Amino acid sequence: MTETIARAQILDTALERPRLTSQLAQTWKTESGLWGALATVDHKIIGRRYITTAFVFLALGGVLAILMRLQLASPEARVIGPDRYNQIFTMHGANMMFLFAVPVMEAMGVYLVPLMLGTRNIAFPRLNAFSYWIFLAGGLVLWISFALDMGPDVGWFAYVPLSGPQYAPGKRADIWAQMITFTEVAALAVAVEIVVTVFKQRAPGMSLDRIPLFVWAMLVTSFVVIMAMPAIMIASTSLILDRLIGTHFYNPAEGGDVLLWQHLFWFFGHPEVYIIFLPAVGMVSTMVATFSRRPVFGYLALVMALIATGILAFGLWVHHMFTTGLPRLGESFFTASSMAIAVPAGIQIFCWIATLWDGRPVFKTPLLFVIGFIVTFVMGGLTGVMVASVPFDTQVHDTYFVVAHFHYVLIGGAVFPLLGAVYYWFPKFTGRMMSERLGRWAFWLIFIGFHCTFFPMHVLGLEGMPRRIYTYQPDLPWHGLNLFVSASAAVLAAGFIVFFIDVFVSARSGNPAGDNPWDAPTLEWATSSPPPAYNFAHIPVVGSANPLWEQQGSLDVANGLHTDRREIVITTLTTAEPQARESSPQNSIWPLFAAIATSIMLVWSIFSPWAVVWGSIPVAITLVGWFWPKGTPEDEA
Amino acid sequence: MRSLLSFVCMVMLCGCQREERQLRLDPPTADALDKIALMPNRIGGAPPQVYFALNQPYELNAYNLSQGKRLYTWFGCKSCHGDGQGGIGPSFLDGWWTYGPEAVSIYASIRDGRPHGMPAFKDKMTTEQIWQLAGYVQTIGAYSAKTAAPSRNDEKQTRPAENRAPAAILFNEGPAPVHPDQGPTP
Amino acid sequence: MSPGFRLLLSVIPFALLGGCSSNWQSALQAHGGPAISLKQLIILIVAICSVVWALVMVAMIHALWRRRQAWRAPMELIPRRERRMGVIVTGCVGATAVIIAGFTVASFLTTRTISVPGKDDLTIRIRGLQWWWGVEYLGPDPARRFETANEIHIPVQRNVRLVLEGDDVIHSFWVPSLAGKQDLIPGRINEIIVRAEHPGTYRGQCAEFCGLQHAHMGIVVIADTPEDFAKWVDAQRAPAAQASDEAVAAGRDTFMGKPCAGCHTIRGTQAAGTTGPDLTHVGGRAFIAAGLLATTQGSLAAWIADPQTLKPGNNMPLVPLTPDELRAVSAYLASLK
Repeated sequence: MTETIARAQILDTALERPRLTSQLAQTWKTESGLWGALATVDHKIIGRRYITTAFVFLALGGVLAILMRLQLASPEARVIGPDRYNQIFTMHGANMMFLFAVPVMEAMGVYLVPLMLGTRNIAFPRLNAFSYWIFLAGGLVLWISFALDMGPDVGWFAYVPLSGPQYAPGKRADIWAQMITFTEVAALAVAVEIVVTVFKQRAPGMSLDRIPLFVWAMLVTSFVVIMAMPAIMIASTSLILDRLIGTHFYNPAEGGDVLLWQHLFWFFGHPEVYIIFLPAVGMVSTMVATFSRRPVFGYLALVMALIATGILAFGLWVHHMFTTGLPRLGESFFTASSMAIAVPAGIQIFCWIATLWDGRPVFKTPLLFVIGFIVTFVMGGLTGVMVASVPFDTQVHDTYFVVAHFHYVLIGGAVFPLLGAVYYWFPKFTGRMMSERLGRWAFWLIFIGFHCTFFPMHVLGLEGMPRRIYTYQPDLPWHGLNLFVSASAAVLAAGFIVFFIDVFVSARSGNPAGDNPWDAPTLEWATSSPPPAYNFAHIPVVGSANPLWEQQGSLDVANGLHTDRREIVITTLTTAEPQARESSPQNSIWPLFAAIATSIMLVWSIFSPWAVVWGSIPVAITLVGWFWPKGTPEDEA
Repeated sequence: MRSLLSFVCMVMLCGCQREERQLRLDPPTADALDKIALMPNRIGGAPPQVYFALNQPYELNAYNLSQGKRLYTWFGCKSCHGDGQGGIGPSFLDGWWTYGPEAVSIYASIRDGRPHGMPAFKDKMTTEQIWQLAGYVQTIGAYSAKTAAPSRNDEKQTRPAENRAPAAILFNEGPAPVHPDQGPTP
Repeated sequence: MSPGFRLLLSVIPFALLGGCSSNWQSALQAHGGPAISLKQLIILIVAICSVVWALVMVAMIHALWRRRQAWRAPMELIPRRERRMGVIVTGCVGATAVIIAGFTVASFLTTRTISVPGKDDLTIRIRGLQWWWGVEYLGPDPARRFETANEIHIPVQRNVRLVLEGDDVIHSFWVPSLAGKQDLIPGRINEIIVRAEHPGTYRGQCAEFCGLQHAHMGIVVIADTPEDFAKWVDAQRAPAAQASDEAVAAGRDTFMGKPCAGCHTIRGTQAAGTTGPDLTHVGGRAFIAAGLLATTQGSLAAWIADPQTLKPGNNMPLVPLTPDELRAVSAYLASLK
């Protein structure tokens, strides 16, 4: 009896606000100091860490790009030799795709999805911590090997036979293949967590048609990750097997097939760009709504467009292989499907413009980046329609036209929304506003620098300049445009430098932001900036898709959760009725140990196949430590 | 802690050596590399100093070894030595090196030829190419695979790849016994 | 569309390019049957897409800067307006789908046009190697086949079938002024039809990353009148020219005595190497080293003296020669027209 009474007093119903928040803070806290930082499972800390690390990789990749542009500024330049240049462009592509673009989008999801859903932590928090350490290890493996002249030099997509055992001596291509393993495990982990969080941890009342569009985008992205990553896992593993122990997956003389690599890689590679793009779509939907001062137009159409894009993304991959001599009818099918994906993209663009049309635009920096996104991404999407056509592609494939196209869709379609999202959510992450003035400078420098850098590449491609060349000859008429492009790249770089300066300065001394400086409708703005470790003092209950706009002033909440142990509410899939109380794991150092053991095994396996056998033992030990019941209150429920 | 750090540094540096790509050998260096010091019986000897100054590039560098593998096919070694298992010419995989297993002996064999049918390639290959080929031939017959050793080629497979230590796999009878007619050891 | 309009459309990209006149490696300077069809498709799609982009920009700009009615709370939506916007958005999406369907059909029709099998009496086998092109002229009579490297001659106004084989890694044959590109993939054989409408020199480059010297793997296609082509074929079939004087003969002897003959073939001499390009008529080619240098005695000497500085990483070694030997060999090779 007394135990029940004692237990009742630690439920949040029994506590007044100050006592409630201090008790929750105690339960959900991350210890200070190095151990606390290494052992935390707080999705916000891990998310911020992930985003920061990804931006460091962005800066490093940008430096590589500047080096490339220095070399290409004049014909037969001797700034960088062919071997180093091949490493640089491979690193630039692999770094940007695997170490920046996918992780930063996943990380934004890791930080924002639980807050937008009104829950206290992401699902599988220790797996989340593990994911970050594995990602960091993969990045370190790649960059350290680059620093040691061991960086991969076979292109970010590593076509065989060039990356195969005969033509890629040494361990460079193996480093690439194993880095893939690191980053794909990290991405898969986050994808699984997001799916489970979105399906089971939503705030009561948040039925499927009330889920914020950013969360829908992350959900679809996570499914795309889960379906696409295995293909590259197979591809990179069989490449390592070919190189290390002499299998014949890609050896035509022994029954293998060179094109098998391309099919496997691009079956992953095309959905990969949608993995990068869809979260950005979610960010744009969010910012368009907030800065138009109205809910986004066509919620259902936008959700359907997201899902259609995710599904269609798997039916396009052969458009990367249009010049390999595949049967004509098959290629034409992929022209049709590659063009068809412009329809959902068109739906999204038109819905956003309709939202802006009917709303009252507030021209803050995030909206500037959204406008830049629309200008740039529509152009990139249209050049995408161009390269989707088989005959058109036979002229522009593997030329600077394609380089222009994918930078338009990746920078325009993903980085612009990301920069806008940083301006938008920085107050929530740090409690401080970024500078509007520096934001405008950054935007205009990046926008102008970007277009001046990449638009001429369309012309260069049509004028016969192939990709991945470390230099070109003076008798070809490409010098003028290349020089212009290289000069403009400096402007683009300056814009990014202004952005980074703004981030650093604002983090220290930006204006304090309140809970909801933009008067935005989604749940993450219902808590303080930055949010406390426990996210919300009470779990909110939502009655609409835009809770903070509908229910001005105060939100309904659910209560009855324990405050002495980490507890979250599990709700049903479609209507989000409360189903159960579920424990959320405490801080743990085991994810770090498991990541170290896994990293050792993966790096060792570059050099010896026995690593898979002997290296599994430490991994198993750390997993035992991870799952061993620790007698904490969370183990009970 | 210090020993761990130095171990890590050594591993990393070995990585450097293995992976660097020297695309152009300076002609004076090539000249110097040609000046090997052979024993009077032309078995064994010493490579020139510059060979060690360059950190034994033709035995430890993956790029050079893979170039050697390319040259093995390009200069018709297969017609007599097969894939290393021999034929008209001796095998490299039976644990017996007629003129010793040192790289300098193999270099001398290729450059100057040997009695009973090994032609001289002095006029057909450059110094750098002969060294690359010599280093590669050494890895065919190595009993323990080097990390830098090349892997299988994209062709029909007739023996394990060099990085799988084919000599150890194909002739797994432990260390080869001393041949009864073994001459004076170098 | 009228010829005048077509001319106008085709001028626009030239205007953008600032009127480069000596560019013979460009998809927009189409001189071959397939390339001309491709250029028409390119211009059509680019024009329509530009219009679409402009319309979207106009819509967006208007959406941002139009004058609005009085302030409204975020959740006060007007159902009539929402419905009307829904109709407009649906219309735009429909228009998008129609345009895309049109592009798909246009692409398929273009593909059909350029894949005409044609009369195959001229077939050339192209081998892609790191980092040069092996060329073999096939024909019904095996005795009349011959090999060359890095330069192809074709007769004008005739479909020429190129059989593409990858010997080591994946390369891609691309002469943009004549046709689109096609890959050379080890383990499979691809084909491409090229056709030149006027005589001229058309340059191309490997368009699939193939290693250290992918940037310097150029190829030249020279379209000749039928008479010139026949003369060229006869000249190519003939063995190498005899040495005309002492210096050239000395060069030939040096060539045979040094590693050169181990890798290169010069028909009519004892040089019968197969791993490097065929040099039987190298002096008559426009370029050496796969489009790297224009063929002169000087450039031949520069190339032979130090191939690794001009094309670092390529498979030709630096063969040490004395200055006299170098002069002689380069004179010999320049004489092999």
